[in-house]
Amino acid sequence: MLIKLCEAVVDPWREIAAYQAGLTHLAGKFGATAVFVGSMRDFNQGDDVSSMFLEHYPGMTEKQLHYIVEQAQVQWPILDSLVIHRVGLVKPEDVLVVVAVWSAQRGDAFDASRFIMENLKSRAPFWKKEVLASGAERWVEKNTDGYQHQPG
Amino acid sequence: MSIKVRYFASLKESVGRSEDELHVTDALAVHAVWQRLNPDFAMPDAVLAAVNMDYVALDALVTDGDVLAFFPPITGG
Repeated sequence: MLIKLCEAVVDPWREIAAYQAGLTHLAGKFGATAVFVGSMRDFNQGDDVSSMFLEHYPGMTEKQLHYIVEQAQVQWPILDSLVIHRVGLVKPEDVLVVVAVWSAQRGDAFDASRFIMENLKSRAPFWKKEVLASGAERWVEKNTDGYQHQPG
Repeated sequence: MSIKVRYFASLKESVGRSEDELHVTDALAVHAVWQRLNPDFAMPDAVLAAVNMDYVALDALVTDGDVLAFFPPITGG
C-alpha cells in the first residue's frame, strides 16, 4: 500500500509503472489492475476556472486514506494499492487523484478501486478553492454526484 | 485542561482564525466548545468535526490534550 500527497505535477502512468515495478513479490499473482485518474476541468458550474488551490488537513488526510484502504482490504482480496492526491496549487488538465488496485480477479480490482475513490470523496479532508477566469475566488461547496447518469 | 481547536477552508475564513486554545475544567461536548469560542456565530449546519483526526458526532466529549477540528463539507478527488 502506498498513499502519497503531492505538491508537484503528477504523471499517473509513470507513478503506476514505477510502483508496479517494485511489486516483484506479486509478479504473476495479479490478473487485474484497475486504475482511476481524476483530472482538473477548466470549467465548473458554468464558469471558466483558471486555477485551483487544494487545502487539506495534514495528518488527518493520510490517516483517513489509510482507514479507507484498510477497509477495502478487509472487503476484497486485493494484492496492493496506490493512492496519490495533489495538494496546493493546481491547473486545468493537471491530474488531481490516482487510485490503482491490483488483484487476482477484475471484479475485486474494480469494486475496491471504486470504494476507495468514493470514500476518498466523502471522508478525506480536502477542500477546493477555485480561481475563475474573471479573477474571482470561490470555495467549492460540495462534491457533485459522480453517478448522475446511471444507465436505465 | 487545555483543548486545541483548528478551523479549515471556508470555515477558517468565516471565523477569521485558524486556531484557538481553550482552557476548561471539565470535558466539553464538541458543540459546546464551538459555542464557547464563537458566541456570536452559530455553527453552520453542514460543519464536520474531528477529534484527534477522527470524525466525531457534535455531542462527543472533548477533553484535556485533544485536538478538535471544525471544517466544511469536503471537496477532494
